[in-house]
Amino acid sequence: MTLKDLTKPWAAFNYGFLDESAKRELRRKMLKAVAVPGYQVPYASREVPMARGWGTGGLQATLTLLKPTSVVKVIDQGADDSVNAVSIRKFFARVGGAVETEDTQKATIIQSRHRIPEEKLREDQILVLQVPDPEPLRAVQPDMSIAREMHGDADYGQLWLVLYEQLVKSGRIIQGSSYPSMVNGRYVISPSPIPRWDVKKLHQADHLTILSAGREKRIYAVPPYTNVEPLVFDDVPYRVEDHQDKTCYRSNVTGFFMNELPQDDGSSRHELSDSHFGVKQIRRNEGEAVEIAKTWYNNGRMD
Amino acid sequence: MAALFNTVPRHEPRLMLAEPMLSMRGISKSFGEVKAVIDVDVTVYPGEVLGIVGESGSGKSTLLRMMNLEDTPEAGSYHLSLPDQEERNLFTLDRFERRMLRARHIGIVYQNPHLGLLMGHTSSGNVAERLLIAGNRNFADLRSRARESLQASEFPLERIDARPRELSGGMQQRVQLAKAIALEPAVLLLDEPTTGLDVSVQALVLDTLKRLQQERAITMVLVSHDLGVIRTMADRVMVMRRGRVVEQGLADQIFQDPQHEYTQQLVHAKL
Repeated sequence: MTLKDLTKPWAAFNYGFLDESAKRELRRKMLKAVAVPGYQVPYASREVPMARGWGTGGLQATLTLLKPTSVVKVIDQGADDSVNAVSIRKFFARVGGAVETEDTQKATIIQSRHRIPEEKLREDQILVLQVPDPEPLRAVQPDMSIAREMHGDADYGQLWLVLYEQLVKSGRIIQGSSYPSMVNGRYVISPSPIPRWDVKKLHQADHLTILSAGREKRIYAVPPYTNVEPLVFDDVPYRVEDHQDKTCYRSNVTGFFMNELPQDDGSSRHELSDSHFGVKQIRRNEGEAVEIAKTWYNNGRMD
Repeated sequence: MAALFNTVPRHEPRLMLAEPMLSMRGISKSFGEVKAVIDVDVTVYPGEVLGIVGESGSGKSTLLRMMNLEDTPEAGSYHLSLPDQEERNLFTLDRFERRMLRARHIGIVYQNPHLGLLMGHTSSGNVAERLLIAGNRNFADLRSRARESLQASEFPLERIDARPRELSGGMQQRVQLAKAIALEPAVLLLDEPTTGLDVSVQALVLDTLKRLQQERAITMVLVSHDLGVIRTMADRVMVMRRGRVVEQGLADQIFQDPQHEYTQQLVHAKL
């Protein structure tokens, strides 16, 4: 017997880029994260051919979940066609043989930063969110080990204090993204930099959400049908962005999260932030038989 | 300061017939070789001010830390007369229960305001945090109760949204005090509350403390090395030295007729 017989034949890289031990670790950490909703599980973030802070956490989670039959959609600020989104999506196709898509409904895995698609996700879909800063307590407690103790004690008074002071100072809550939210009545998470508009979509959702921070080496999850409650005061209701009555100038759709486009004359136009959702609306307007799934928000309201 | 003794009517004489509000029995605590507190008993009756005097290293602050459940002794028990906790030795509580008990029933004012306050948050926010930890989630209520509490500690109301780091030492102590009394604690612990303040500010803060004590009959434990402060505030005095209580009794008794050699030295050094 020679050494050659004992080793695997040479390949340029392992299936799904990460080696099996890395994927095994990530799978175990994901299971733990699902078992303890909202708890930040530390993991050994591997090197991937992308700079830390560009979605390496999400990339590793998706690579682990990948199989040859996977259909992958990647969203960057709501759009499928930004450089970052395209290159990540192509990477999945190249190292995992995954099918690329821009259609929320066709995807099995959706990796995203900043947005959750407007169309409702199903039980068989997984949402992977890239997280730059997983620690909701970072602003009030710079010492990470003390912050972990505070999570252990469910000592979240100071997070409310931050909201209290925003109300005192500005008369309303100005926390725009990463709105601290209580998962399953126990752990407060930072739901990645999604807008307040999207936080409500995590509550009692049909799909599994994995949140992964590559630079900070933390992974946490919101399992399906789990309570996600943004921190609010009894007498100050949670308020999403005022996009209810904004109309997309491309697709003439009203009541979804919009990008504001400042115009030369000082006014502004709006376009749908979820770009493929917009594409589908336009194609439908043009008479094509496009299937659009149920949306979380209807007429700018969610209930 | 002389006026304050006449303005507010004194309460009924506080006889030691009532159930004690706070009782500690057989407390011993050591740090390695050093025995900080040796077999100390403390009893505080409702509405009374117990002064603990002693030199640095006599164990008085360690004792206060244990009253605040920040530290656990090697031996001893601790009871507070609270509706739901009467039978329990508070040293057996777990971390979470301790924290809740501290938030709801124990107020503390530290010598160093950095220990008791979040310097980067507003003063009213500091008071509100106490209420938030205790589970209050109503903004309007938090706001008004923080204001009330700051008013009670004679904090200037136009500055309630200033950060403690922008405030003077005396003001910072008032914020600490407002935070401590916000939930009407069963016992208010004062760890050298006026040390480090100049004499006139010290007098004003003591004035506030005295008034609060008389209006609300708050049970207080006051630790100080300053006999003047103890004499102004305390009903009863405990003198500690090298981890032991060497003498205790009514304030007048201790100051006029000290029995123990050490107390005699202490009183005469002052006078």
